[in-house]
Order: sequence, then structure tokens, then C-alpha cells
Amino acid sequence: MSPMQIIFIVVAAITLSSAVMVVSVRNLIHAALWLIVTLFGIACFFAILNASFLAVAQVVIYIGAIAILVIFAVMLTRKVAQDTGPQVNVNWILAAFVSVLLFSGLVWLVSLWPGFSTPLPVMSGEADPLRQLGLALVSSNGYVLPFEVASVLLLAALIGAIIVTWDKKLR
Amino acid sequence: MGDPVNTIRIWLAGLLSGWGLSPGWIALILAVLGVVVLCTAVMILDILLVWVERKVVARFQDRLGPNRLGPFGLIQPIADVIKLLIKENITPQGADRLVYNIAPIIALATVLLLWAVLPISSTISGTNLNVGVLYIVAIGAISTLGIIMAGWSSNNKYALLGAFRTVAQMVSYEVPMVIALLVPVILAGSMGLNDIVNAQSVWFIVMAPIAGLLIFITAIAELGRAPFDINEAESEIVAGFHIEYTGMKFGLFYAGELLHALTMGAIVSTLFFGGWRGPGSQTYPILGVFYFFLKAFFFYWAIMWVKYSLPRIRIDQMLNFNWKFLTPLALTVLIVTAILDKILPRSNMAVYTVGMLVANLIIIGVTALILRSRSGIERKRVAEPGPIATPERAMASIQSTPPAQPPASSSPTST
Repeated sequence: MSPMQIIFIVVAAITLSSAVMVVSVRNLIHAALWLIVTLFGIACFFAILNASFLAVAQVVIYIGAIAILVIFAVMLTRKVAQDTGPQVNVNWILAAFVSVLLFSGLVWLVSLWPGFSTPLPVMSGEADPLRQLGLALVSSNGYVLPFEVASVLLLAALIGAIIVTWDKKLR
Repeated sequence: MGDPVNTIRIWLAGLLSGWGLSPGWIALILAVLGVVVLCTAVMILDILLVWVERKVVARFQDRLGPNRLGPFGLIQPIADVIKLLIKENITPQGADRLVYNIAPIIALATVLLLWAVLPISSTISGTNLNVGVLYIVAIGAISTLGIIMAGWSSNNKYALLGAFRTVAQMVSYEVPMVIALLVPVILAGSMGLNDIVNAQSVWFIVMAPIAGLLIFITAIAELGRAPFDINEAESEIVAGFHIEYTGMKFGLFYAGELLHALTMGAIVSTLFFGGWRGPGSQTYPILGVFYFFLKAFFFYWAIMWVKYSLPRIRIDQMLNFNWKFLTPLALTVLIVTAILDKILPRSNMAVYTVGMLVANLIIIGVTALILRSRSGIERKRVAEPGPIATPERAMASIQSTPPAQPPASSSPTST
């Protein structure tokens, strides 16, 4: 077993178990913190796959922005952070059945893909994957249209946020 | 010669392969050893920083600072560490134990993580990550998390207020910082810190002085040091997020803050002042280490200079300064730099540098003009006479109602 495989197994175990903790702990803040561990584990997978940009973007966006916002929102509601109700309702057998079915279906679908059983191809040293990603995002036969649409959408959201919080009395 | 670290690394790799280990395992062992050595070296440096900080603040405040233990008080930090270690460790009632204990570790660990990408010399660096600049931003995001965890888990309203303020400050100052960080990326054509240093045959501060200043200001804000220290404002919320921490747990926050300041100095010097570059640093990499720490300590000193010279700004001033001044300025600089980078010839470095410098000077001039036209409005607002002290109002209030009691000292509102 190579060191990479050991690292992969450790990271996978941490990610999966913390994902289970997210939905099973009763304290909302703890759930949010476990969510951060899960997201960080996913960033580690990107790093293992040599996708350094995606790994860092995962940390910046999901941990730095989304998880912090979640924690911030929960912290303002300390009284309801502790949930005392039952954690499952009567439908849990059906839900478990559907999840197992869905998971096995996904595994079956992925196993049909030819890359499933081949080992990870070694990256060619000279081509910078980050540069290729950047060029693909702005080249006309790459992903320039989705990229521009996404940026216009984000700009609209930004302006919308300003309009929503605009205090007309101050003007 | 001139590069002891890599000599030892090559010797160790040879030794391990002589023992019959596979290359994958040798790489792993060397990586782990490198992490341990780098972290230990930085932590030992951190102990010295306690002395540096106390000595410098003493000089700024016209005092002598620690001078009893050892020459120039150099053994004082050891005594400080021993004091922190033998102090009682108090966990407040109702604190979230696990989160409470992890928070100081995260606060220090995130600072140590930054050193993974900093090129200390031409051959000595943790790793040449091709997204080094973005990595710095990502680690900054995680350090915010450590402070939130400390503030929330302490079960203390002041601590929680400090955490809220920290989030407001760090999340907003991240915006101009990220935008300004793109300027050296454009100039170097790479996000790797090693490549950025290698591209600085002319220091980037000459081509992008505004971006350098912006990053310096936002770095101070990210540190939460004065004038941006509203997250631990002593006169308002006692100590902010670390109010409940005692002993070595507080020590970890303190050490993390000092090391973070030095690290920010190192980042500024790496991005804009050539990092390890200096006379003879290419042929003797060990000289690069000297230049790197010289520049890093200079900016650490500059951060301390700002901290001990300026008063704290209010939270509304802090946010206005960020969103209405730093962010538009950073966006302007980024757009101008990106356009000029396409127009100016890369082959002729002198024209390129002068063009960038002139563009920056024009931006500074226009900004100064706008600020001057605004300053009249800002000053007028402050200089308007308050409506309290006029004799007419005083007479009216006496006749109409008994003087109202001032509201009871504002009880902490439920957050």
C-alpha cells in the first residue's frame, strides 16, 4: 500500500464520519463545525487529485464564506441551538431504503464508467493545470458563456443585496 | 555550501534509500520531517517575538521594556512562557469544552500553515504551490473560524461580541485584500509565491505602490491590531474573544497574534519587496534567509509602529473606510493594472515599470482630489454645533419637563 492510498483512506474515513456527525449531533453549532470538517475533507480530496485550485477554492468559498455565515446565523439563535426532540420519525425505514437504493444505483452507474477501474494517470509535468483552467474559462470554444453568465448573476445578486439594505431615509 | 537545508535533505534521502525504502515513502518521511522542522523553527522564533514586541512597544511609549533577565532582557520571554505554563487553567461554567479547547490550537495552527508557501530563500521553501496567493486567502478564512469558535464556546457575552465584530471586520477586509492580491499576480503572471519572487527583478512596490499599501492596511485589519482592534477593544468589551482564556491557552492566542503579525510582514515583503532577493542571494541561498527575515521584521516593526501610534477607529468608520474607500480603490487599481499589462510591452522592462508607476501616481492624484472634495462635507458634519448646550433649549427644558434621567448604562442586549 502506497502512502497516497493510506492518506486517501484516512481522509475518506474522517470525511464520511464527520458527515454522519453533521446530521446526528443535537447541537446546531457542533453540526456546523462538523460540516466544516466534512468540507475540508473534500478539499483534501481535490488536493490529492492535484486539483489545487479547486481545493483552495473549496476552502475559501465553503469554509470561508458559507460555513461562517451558517455559524453566524446559528450563533444569533443560541436558545434554539439545542434540539431536544426525537431525531427520527416513523418514516425512517422507508428513508433508509431509498437512500441505500440511491447509493447502490450511483455506484452501479459509476462502475460503468471506464475510468472507474484504471489507476490515476500521472500528470504531465510541463503543462500548468491552473493555466489551462484559466484559458478554458475565457476561450470562446471553452466555457466563456457559462463563466460570463455566472458573473452577471453574481453581479445582479450584489446589486440586489445593496438595494434590499438601502436605507432611503439616509439619502 | 550556502544551502545547508537541501544538503541535509539530499543526505537523508540517500540514507533512507540505502535502508531500502521505496521513493514514495521517502518523500512522505521527508515531507513530515520538513513540516516538523519548519513548525519548530517558527515556534522558537515566536518565543523571541514576545521579547521583540515588548521591547519595541516600550520604546514607542518612552520606556525601557524588559531589561532584568539576561542581556537586554533576552531571557524574559522564557520566564513569560514558564509563567503561562504554571498558571491555573480555568474553563468557565457552561463553556463548550471541546470547541473551547480546540479554538486556541486553530488560532495558532492557521498562522503556522501560512509558512508552508512562503519562500524563505531561493532553494528553501515549504512548497511551491501554484495557487499560493489564493492559499493565503483560504488560511485567512480558517483563522476567522478559530476566533468565532473561541468567542462562541466561552459562554460570555463580551467574547461573543468580540467574535461578531471579528467576523464583520475580517469578512469585509477580505474583499479589498483579495482584489489587491491580484495585482502582483497580474504583474508576475503566476499565483505561486516562488514565481512572484522570481519575477521581481524590479520590486513590485515600484510598479504597484497602491496595491502594496492596500495589502498592508488590510493585513493590519486581518490581524485585528490597532487601529482595527475593535474585536478585542479593551475599553469596550474587556478582551474580546479571548476573555475567558487563561494560562497557556491564552498564550496560544498571544503567540498566534505575534506570529501572525510577523507572517503578514513576510507576505507583504514577499509580494512587493522581493522576498529573499538581495545582493548575492542567488549564489548563496543562505543569504536569502537573512534578507527575507530582515524585510519581514521591518514590516513587523512597521505594523507595531502603526499599532502603538494610532487610536482605535469605530466600527462604522471601519466599515465605511473599507467599503467606500479601499474596495473602490482596489477595483480601480486592478482594472488599470490589467489593461496596462496588455498595452505595455513586456520585453522592455523599463517602459513597463515606468508606465505602471505613472498610472499609479495618476490614481493617487485623482484619489487625493476626490478625498479633498469630500473632506469639506465630512468636516462640516462634525463641526455643526450640538443642539444641547444652547441657552434657549436649556430654558425650554427647565420649563417643560424635569430633566430626564440618563438611560441606565446599557445592559448587554440579547444577541
